[in-house]
Amino acid sequence: MGKIKIQKKDVWIDMTPMSDVMTLLLCFFMLTSTFLQPEPVTVNTPSSVSEIKVPENNVLNILVSPKGQIFIGTDNKNDMNAMLQTVTDKFGITLNSTQIKHFREDAMIGAPLNVLGSYLSLDPEKMTEQIQTLGIPTDSIDGGMSEFQEWVKAAREANPDLKVAIKCDATTPYKVVKRMMSELQDMNENRYQLITNLKTAEE
Amino acid sequence: MAKKKASKQNKKNTRVDFTPMVDMMMLLITFFMLCTTLSKPQAMQLVMPSNDQNMTEEDKSVTKASHTITIFLGGNDKIYHIDGLPNYEDPSCIKETTWGKDGIRKVLINHTTEEGINPVAKIMVAKQKLDEKKVSTNMSDEAYQKELSELKNGKIDGEKIPTLTIIIKPLDTASYKNMVDALDEMQICSIGKYVIDKVSPNDEKLLQQRGIK
Repeated sequence: MGKIKIQKKDVWIDMTPMSDVMTLLLCFFMLTSTFLQPEPVTVNTPSSVSEIKVPENNVLNILVSPKGQIFIGTDNKNDMNAMLQTVTDKFGITLNSTQIKHFREDAMIGAPLNVLGSYLSLDPEKMTEQIQTLGIPTDSIDGGMSEFQEWVKAAREANPDLKVAIKCDATTPYKVVKRMMSELQDMNENRYQLITNLKTAEE
Repeated sequence: MAKKKASKQNKKNTRVDFTPMVDMMMLLITFFMLCTTLSKPQAMQLVMPSNDQNMTEEDKSVTKASHTITIFLGGNDKIYHIDGLPNYEDPSCIKETTWGKDGIRKVLINHTTEEGINPVAKIMVAKQKLDEKKVSTNMSDEAYQKELSELKNGKIDGEKIPTLTIIIKPLDTASYKNMVDALDEMQICSIGKYVIDKVSPNDEKLLQQRGIK
C-alpha cells in the first residue's frame, strides 16, 4: 500500500517553469514578428554581400517575376488607397465598394487598368489565381507615361518619402530590369534598394 | 476536526491543471514561428545616372583610359572585360573571364594603371587595416563609414592615389543575378566609382564581331 502511494505522488510534474518559458517565447515571437507579406508570385532573390537592412516603412516595393511581370505595392494601406484614387480618377475608372474592398485586401497591384475592374470583381480566391497571369504593363500610353509610371507617380504623390525597393528573381532577364529602371530614371527616380539575400564573400 | 478538514480541501484545490494552457501556447508558438520572417532581407544601394538628355559634355567627368575597365555581362553567365577604353576597330580587346575570386576579381585587383600601381589591391589592403582598427579601437560606425568613403575615393593615409572607374554593361541576355553579382564584386573590391550603363551601338558591333550574345 505504501509503495503505491509514493508512485502516485511522483506522476505529477510541475509544468510551471515550462509554461513560463513558453510564455516568454510566445511574447518574443509576437513582439518581434512582422508577418510575411503575401506576394502574388514567388521570387527568389539573388545573394549579395551587402549588409544594409531594408527600411521598415515608407517603402515602395516593386516586384519582378522570373517571367518579367511587374507588381507594385507599399507597406502603407492609406498610400495604396490614395494611389488607387489618383490613378482611377485620371483614367476615369469607377469602382464599386466591393471592388475597393478587394483592392484593400490585396497586397500588391498587378492588374492592367483595362482589366482592373473585372479583376477586382472576382472572388478573393480567384484573384490570387488570376494575378499570377497579370502584371503592370510598361508600354507607354500614346507616347506618354506608362501605367507603371502612373502608379509610381501616384505613390510618390501619396507619400514623398517613399524609397524604391526593387525585388527581382535571380533568373529575371536583365532586359526587363533595364526597361523598368529606365522608366524609373525617366521619372528621376535614381536611388534604389535592391533586395537580396545575405551571403559571405568567398575567400 | 471539521476545521482541519476544510483547510485540507482548500489546499488540494490550489493545484490547477496547466496542460491545456501549455498546449495552446505550443500551438501559438508554432504558428508564430512559421508565419514570421526573422531574418530581414538585405538591401543593396544603387544609384543610377539620370536619364536627363540636357546634360552637357562638361558635366560628364572624363577618366583616363588606364583607370577604366568596362565589364560586359553576357548570357549563360558569361562575363567579359575591356581594360581601358574600348578599341572599336579591334574586337580582340574584349577578354573573357569567369565569375568569382579567380576571374573578374583577380582582373580588378591586378589592374595596373599608367602610374604603375594597383589601386584596387591598395585600397583593399587599406580597408582590411581599417576593419582591424575598427574592431580593436571600437570605432563608431559613423566614423568608420566616413573613413571608408575616403578610402574609396583613393585617399590612403593622406596620400591620394588614382581610383578605377568600372562601367558595367549588362547585355539583354544577362540575368538579374549577373547584375547583382557584378555589383557585389564592386563592393568586395571597395570600388567607389562604378556605373551601370546601356550597351551602345558601337559596343554592339564590337560584341557581334566577337560573336558574343
